[in-house]
Amino acid sequence: MTIAAPHRFTGGRRIDISQLIVWTIGGILLAIVLLGSILTLRAGHYTAAQWRDFVVFGIAQGAIYALIALGYTMVYGVLRMINFAHGEVFMSGAMTTFFLADYLNRSGFLKAHPWISLVAMLLFSGLVSMTVAVLVERIAYRPLRGAPRLVPLITAVGASFFLQYTFRGLFGSGVRAYPAIPVLQGKLWVFQKTQIAVFVGVLITLALLVLFLQRTRAGLAIRAVAEDREAAALMGVDVDRAIVTTFAVGGFMAGIAGVLYALVFVQVQFFMGFLPGIKAFTAAVLGGIGNLPGAAVGGLVLGVIESIGPSLFFDGYGIRAAHQLKDVIAFTILVLILIFRPTGLLGERLGGEERV
Amino acid sequence: MIVHAARRAIFIGLVAGIAGWHLSLVGLIPAFAQRRLVGDALTFSYALLVALLALAAYATGRRYPGAVQRIPWGILSALLSSLMLFLLALLVTHLNLRQILLNATPELARVLTFGGGASGAGLVRLLLIGLLAGLFAGGLSALPRPWGRVIVSAALMTLLLGLLRDVLGPLLPQVVTSFLYGTAGLSLAGALVTFLLAAVLFTLRWSLRAKAVTARATAAVPATLRQPVTQALLLLILASVPLWAGLFLSNVADFVGFYILMGLGLNLVLGFAGLLDLGYVAFFAVGAYTMAVLTSPEVGQRFTLDFWIALPIAIVTTVLAGLLVGLPVLRMRGDYLAIATLGFGEIVRLLVLSDWLKPYLGGAQGVTRIGRPSIASWRIDSPQEFYLLVLLSCLFAWFLSVRLRDSRLGRSWFAIREDEHVAQAMGINRVTAKLSAFAIGASFGGLSGALFASLVGSVVPASFSLLVSINVVAVLVLGGMGSLPGVVVGALALVGLPELLREFQEYRLLVYGIVLIAMMLFRPAGLLPERIHRRELEEAVEEAREIAPAEIATGRG
Repeated sequence: MTIAAPHRFTGGRRIDISQLIVWTIGGILLAIVLLGSILTLRAGHYTAAQWRDFVVFGIAQGAIYALIALGYTMVYGVLRMINFAHGEVFMSGAMTTFFLADYLNRSGFLKAHPWISLVAMLLFSGLVSMTVAVLVERIAYRPLRGAPRLVPLITAVGASFFLQYTFRGLFGSGVRAYPAIPVLQGKLWVFQKTQIAVFVGVLITLALLVLFLQRTRAGLAIRAVAEDREAAALMGVDVDRAIVTTFAVGGFMAGIAGVLYALVFVQVQFFMGFLPGIKAFTAAVLGGIGNLPGAAVGGLVLGVIESIGPSLFFDGYGIRAAHQLKDVIAFTILVLILIFRPTGLLGERLGGEERV
Repeated sequence: MIVHAARRAIFIGLVAGIAGWHLSLVGLIPAFAQRRLVGDALTFSYALLVALLALAAYATGRRYPGAVQRIPWGILSALLSSLMLFLLALLVTHLNLRQILLNATPELARVLTFGGGASGAGLVRLLLIGLLAGLFAGGLSALPRPWGRVIVSAALMTLLLGLLRDVLGPLLPQVVTSFLYGTAGLSLAGALVTFLLAAVLFTLRWSLRAKAVTARATAAVPATLRQPVTQALLLLILASVPLWAGLFLSNVADFVGFYILMGLGLNLVLGFAGLLDLGYVAFFAVGAYTMAVLTSPEVGQRFTLDFWIALPIAIVTTVLAGLLVGLPVLRMRGDYLAIATLGFGEIVRLLVLSDWLKPYLGGAQGVTRIGRPSIASWRIDSPQEFYLLVLLSCLFAWFLSVRLRDSRLGRSWFAIREDEHVAQAMGINRVTAKLSAFAIGASFGGLSGALFASLVGSVVPASFSLLVSINVVAVLVLGGMGSLPGVVVGALALVGLPELLREFQEYRLLVYGIVLIAMMLFRPAGLLPERIHRRELEEAVEEAREIAPAEIATGRG
């Protein structure tokens, strides 16, 4: 079931009408966005400081997307499949760690040793998410490797809902609020302190990831499998193990992203994985799926567009409550990228193989 | 050999135990503790637990040829699962976990031990039941060919009848009801009679079918006659539903009908053409909102149209929406297509929800006072009357699906599903084929949405979430992608049953998740598979599962 036919399969560079329509729609959307931006900027409702805050918020948000996006991208790199349940992997870490955070808070440990608590929370969340990711791979994906593409896609959707409603059943459907971490309250210059924590956390995780992939044997195995699974296997790489490691690492990062997300947005809930999951996927495609720096760049770009977009694009038209359209922008970017540039900004990187 | 068998039994026992923990802690098992099936003793929770233990025993024993090996290993794993359940009961009683795990209550411990409590008595009870379940499952699977299946089917039938007490009770004649049902579930005598009757029926059906295979070749005439007769009978039963079903059941039937319509529509796209559309709800929403805007005086230009004028407009609008979604995704590969369509679905929902379009679409409060259809002076108002409309639509969609399936277009969909490159090379126009799948598939969804809006009388954005799309996909997957009867069975099981069981509502999405994974793992072609698709899917998945370890080792794939 290979879907992507090599483009122009049927004959030269003939422009078919369907593509013409699609491009016209794209052009109209672009014009709307540009016109809206110009109108907004000319109206001048927002001060420079406000725009700056939008951007800062967008970067913090985008950094979290980037962390989740790496999980999508790595799995895509080695398996050529979208791990639909990745958003739920992110959620499971954040939800479970709530109880640790709550416990630390009530025992007073959080106040006494905020940094140790924070690191403990990050590690705990990472481990929980890692376990969930590995289990999903083992149960829902591995037995079906090599089946038609539709099949693992459906189990992935199933796994996603299974996890969501398992967590709902276990912990209830209510919204839980993370305890505030005293040292992270307040502002430092234009940044919220939590935002700085997010940047630092994401940067350290990224650095560790790069080190892991470049300097360890397991990382080498993952890169080899992403490059060419067959050749890697022939060279004695344990492909199964490399795939599990990929899921584990991606899951760990999603877990860390979960706690960072909770620092910024405070509230966690069983359904919280859906939107960040989709957006992180958007980020991964935006940067070029399979491409690690691409995921990071895509995350940041998406975060910023989403943060300034509603005001910038729509305010000029006088649309009421433009902030409600934030997610519309994200989804539109998703669809547009998939249509017009499925290889993303920095290009797909799936090894030498023809993409399937 | 023995070591291997023991390891297998222990592994399966542990897995079943973990499944038991999961079902208990997410609340599924305690939720059904009040639902009595037979007499006062057998609740649905107990039935679930016993089924779990028996399944463990069956899965363990399945591998071995004779009862001598099947039964003891089966019993071993069932006992192990019972022990795990007891352990959970102990934990729940002695540790206060309620702060974290909502369902870790003392009540759970009582249910888990079949009323014995987390003590010696409970342990004995659990082990005894584990032993019996293991014996039962092992013995059953060791019986000659039809009998095991007949007994299981009859038992399931009995359970279903007990489960549907509140629904069926009022419908049956007084005498039957008072005999069959006790204060809560089935009465003991009622259960016994049901079980025996069902067993006889299933045996008859089995022997008839066995005979029919040999008879078909000789007596061709009755066979050609049989089909129209059964069809006419079926139609008569279906059409008579409003006569005997009450308001509640008719309402449920209407909703099942909406999902059958959507299922048939998505079936063209996903089942026939192999395109996973996760944004199918968009078409349902477009149909519903077109109907709402055109017939409700509340929004837009404050004009209202008649239902019968609005209906075709709604369908045409959804066809256009289908084309609009279909055009850009023509060139996408499978998983990108799924995500892009999901994106479309969410965009539609978010736009409808926004304050920006509120003057036209009603925003978060939605639109009310949607028009109802009327024919001459007969206003189709109640769910019972509406049912006829839904039935007609479903029959029409069914007919269209059959004709499409057997048409040239249908064949080209199949070809694209199997291999797009080859299909193109054989001269199939990908653009027309895919677009027509999207457009026709969308129109069924739009019809469903329009009827839904009119029946409910109001639309709110919350009714058009991603969950609807997932629901439809699950319906298809359960019944079998590409299979028309499968759609009906899937909708009955996944939409009808949860509507009838109120406790179940909360867990339906959990169950959908399990259904999606389990079906793909164990029966990828669905319960009522379509011939061609079954061969394709089952072979491929079987191959994948068998070859996977070897294949990965040598790196093929």
